[in-house]
Amino acid sequence: MRVPGNLLVALCLLVGLASSRGAVAQNAHVPVIKLAQLQHYLNSSADTTYIINLWATWCKPCIEEIPHFEALQKQYANQPVKVLLVSLDFAKDLDKKVIPFVQRRQLKSTVLLLDEPDYNSWIDAFDPAWSGALPATLFFNNAKQQRLFVEKPLTPALLQEYLSTKFSLKP
Amino acid sequence: MQRQFPLLLLLLSVFALLTSAMVAQNGYQVGDVATDFTLKNVNGQMMSLKDQKNAKGYVVTFTCNTCPFAKLYEDRLIQLHQKYAPLGYPVVAINPNDVTASPGDSFEQMQKRAKDKKFPFAYLQDESQEVTKRFGATRTPHLYILQKTSQGQWKVAYIGALDNNAGDPEKVTERYAENALNSLLANQPIAQTFTKAIGCTIKWRASAQ
Repeated sequence: MRVPGNLLVALCLLVGLASSRGAVAQNAHVPVIKLAQLQHYLNSSADTTYIINLWATWCKPCIEEIPHFEALQKQYANQPVKVLLVSLDFAKDLDKKVIPFVQRRQLKSTVLLLDEPDYNSWIDAFDPAWSGALPATLFFNNAKQQRLFVEKPLTPALLQEYLSTKFSLKP
Repeated sequence: MQRQFPLLLLLLSVFALLTSAMVAQNGYQVGDVATDFTLKNVNGQMMSLKDQKNAKGYVVTFTCNTCPFAKLYEDRLIQLHQKYAPLGYPVVAINPNDVTASPGDSFEQMQKRAKDKKFPFAYLQDESQEVTKRFGATRTPHLYILQKTSQGQWKVAYIGALDNNAGDPEKVTERYAENALNSLLANQPIAQTFTKAIGCTIKWRASAQ
């Protein structure tokens, strides 16, 4: 009786270890950044097209359009295109809301949380055309001197239309 | 050369028209005169700015039932009203969201929210969204302070946020709305007449098919 008992314990331990490892692997990494780190992307001279989508877990239209950005990142996987999903949730909600959301949706794009609650001090620095409403999306390629800012929810059709007609991102 | 002149004039007038259309689309700027409106209050009565004869102005706030970010400011709006309505600046809340696009913002739901939160201020529904467009509000919350001029007009004195920390009222370092109201009451120029903050996008009616 003893041996199988030990075996059972060992088995349980193994299973537990495996599943906890699995959990670690799935754990979403959402760095909390300040404006300076966001500006690092905004000022990048690389010939990379950045798509910065500003969202929050409390913003329903934001949540609805996130799959479109995920699809976009997949569509341009072999090109210098980088989707950044920048959450404007409060930093105190990182573990409670943002990370569970990223895990639940199994988001593949880079997700960052911008911890800058004094909005008036930086909204214009992000884009003067931004009134502050969410969702908002900025497309830019500094090497190509291309920039497009949109302050409204995007559908896949709108997204493709903007990218092809207002922004020279070819599929 | 002379023949080209009418063309130039035409181009200039088209340009002027386009520019004015763009300005109109952007809504009120600080210093503009706001047109009075008549909207339905949660108490079932219609309300206009001219109704309160002793008002020195208003704190017109675009807010709604469904935006969690706007809800963070409900208690602060109540406090603002309680402090400044006796001084002549009551809060008037306007729900700009289209009911079909956002069912939680129906008139009945507005009545329920006003009752649950015991709103001491008017909570109006902008069913046609015309007032919201005229103001140029883009998000909830979005606040406009109007001052009544000696001619009885409503001059836009401040546009923006109530304060600079939505998440934590304890950590507020700039009370934009209170500062503006205090300046108006003291007959002093407002130091900061325009601020930006994040908020929920206004849920516009889908264009008629």
